[in-house]
Amino acid sequence: MTTVLGTAGRSADPRPRGAVARSVGDSLVIARRNLIRMSRIPEMVIFGLIQPIMFVVLFSYVFGGSMQIGDSTSPNVYREFLMAGIFAQTVTFATAGAGAGIADDMHKGLIDRFRSLPMARGAVLTGRTLADLVQTTLTLVVLAIVALLVGWRIHEGVPKALGAFALLLLLGYAFSWIGALIGLSVRTPEAATSGGLIWLFPVTFISNAFVDSSKLPGWLQPVAEWNPFSATVQACRELFGNPGVSTSDAWPMQHPVWASLLWSVLIVVVFRTLSVRKYRSATA
Amino acid sequence: MPGAIHAEGLVKTFGDVRALDGVDLDVPEGTVLGLLGPNGAGKTTAVRVLTTLIRPDSGRAVVAGIDVLGRPDEVRRSIGLSGQFAAVDEYLTGRENLTMVGQLYQMRAKAAKARAGELLERFHLADAADRPAKTYSGGMRRRLDLAAALVVSPPVMFMDEPTTGLDPRNRQELWEVIKELVAGGTTLLLTTQYLEEADHLAHDICVVDHGRVIARGTSDQLKAQTGGERVEVVVHEPEMIADARDVLARYGLAGIGHGEVSVEDHTRRLTVPVTGGAKLLAEVIRDLDAVGAEIDDIGLRRPTLDDVFLSLTGHVADRGEEEGERAAGGGKGRKKEDVT
Repeated sequence: MTTVLGTAGRSADPRPRGAVARSVGDSLVIARRNLIRMSRIPEMVIFGLIQPIMFVVLFSYVFGGSMQIGDSTSPNVYREFLMAGIFAQTVTFATAGAGAGIADDMHKGLIDRFRSLPMARGAVLTGRTLADLVQTTLTLVVLAIVALLVGWRIHEGVPKALGAFALLLLLGYAFSWIGALIGLSVRTPEAATSGGLIWLFPVTFISNAFVDSSKLPGWLQPVAEWNPFSATVQACRELFGNPGVSTSDAWPMQHPVWASLLWSVLIVVVFRTLSVRKYRSATA
Repeated sequence: MPGAIHAEGLVKTFGDVRALDGVDLDVPEGTVLGLLGPNGAGKTTAVRVLTTLIRPDSGRAVVAGIDVLGRPDEVRRSIGLSGQFAAVDEYLTGRENLTMVGQLYQMRAKAAKARAGELLERFHLADAADRPAKTYSGGMRRRLDLAAALVVSPPVMFMDEPTTGLDPRNRQELWEVIKELVAGGTTLLLTTQYLEEADHLAHDICVVDHGRVIARGTSDQLKAQTGGERVEVVVHEPEMIADARDVLARYGLAGIGHGEVSVEDHTRRLTVPVTGGAKLLAEVIRDLDAVGAEIDDIGLRRPTLDDVFLSLTGHVADRGEEEGERAAGGGKGRKKEDVT
């Protein structure tokens, strides 16, 4: 028995490694932990899937006939137009998952445990956002299949379509860092879930996602065009060859791929910095 | 030479509350310090500061020879923390939890896995090792949490109310583990609301209240400081309590336990600090007899840490759940809810 509890200080084979290796290694350990959790709470993943599928069906069949995209009022055209918006909205909803997960870890005292360990400072949050990225990928795959079933098609070849999906994943990853900050800032997981969702509605609706942004009131148009979310939607429409690409002169609409990349990287940098700083002083 | 845990002048305020108001601590290597105090006394805040979770507003601390504020990351390599709330991931199995913690202590995956297996065996969790911790009982979770804190056999351990809410059997088991750890040379800082626990496990005790250390010493020293014996009387009928109290008050020693007679109505037990020993006992019996107070039991006893606490703070220790309290008391510590 004594051999197990051992003599104090008999440190069990710690591996000396540099800061970067430690950071990557610890993040992967935490990512794995979150993926195991997700696999044990499959209903979370399933609800995450049902919601965007519901949006596809509702928007396609409820709004489809009354929306004008370009010169067309065909529901089929709207469905193709819609998909980029739904894809983008779906990836940003990962924010709520990241926020709730981290708030839950705080609440349960796990963040205290992690903060008392000699692990890389950002790893708990990076691991969580990486796990969310895996979940988002899975969701996108299922959603793309549903989209194909309702008539959505890609017209510019597979490489460009993959590029579009990469931009979507990057956007989702960026937004999960916003979720991380929310999760660290609220008192309960429930607050993180609603706090992670509420502001997403204006962000995703005051955009080009569901309507042609040129149809918005004049003062809202620039907001929609400079919305980080719109840049990714526009980029996806271009890369998928879907209808409804905005012809606005606004820079993000003219260079949507660059705009999408820049926005996402900027969000990651800003929110990662803020979140890691917050994490360092976080207590349950 | 400063001990394995050494703190000077720790101050930490949260808004208007001074959670720590100038705390000094010193725990020699290989010993156990019991940080004893009621809820909100600042015990947990002290542990959080020493385990690098929060920075104090002022003061300094050294753990395992390493400056806590200057080199927190190195401190984390040398400590284990077991909290008040079992901090394990309930969706992970016991084995996955321990392996993860090992890896985050920078062990290689293989070594972490092997260590997890050893600890699961030692803490009687081997049968449940591959079940999610969600399915564990409270006692099992607590053992898992403690095992997580012991993954690297840290030279310095912090345990924040490790037995709060545990049943007597689990508590006893945890006490055995703690003794084994200390025998192996671990330095331990333990917080507890249970006087009996501090009495049983700690070499030294610091009594904290309102963020300050109000007394320190060994259990015996603290008891001696509180004064000599107490006379304890159990009267036969509740109606006799008032008369008996008047009698005992005459023998009450001013200044100790505020010289007051404490009364436990439901057990009809009265206690008063005295000096004078057995001779005095005879007088008390005679006086009680004179007022017609029939007694079931009378005796002289040494002060318990309960008495120490009462005399130092002027109030009894706040208690966790009743169940826990009984377990800690083991029949020896008596409840004094109705102190008058």
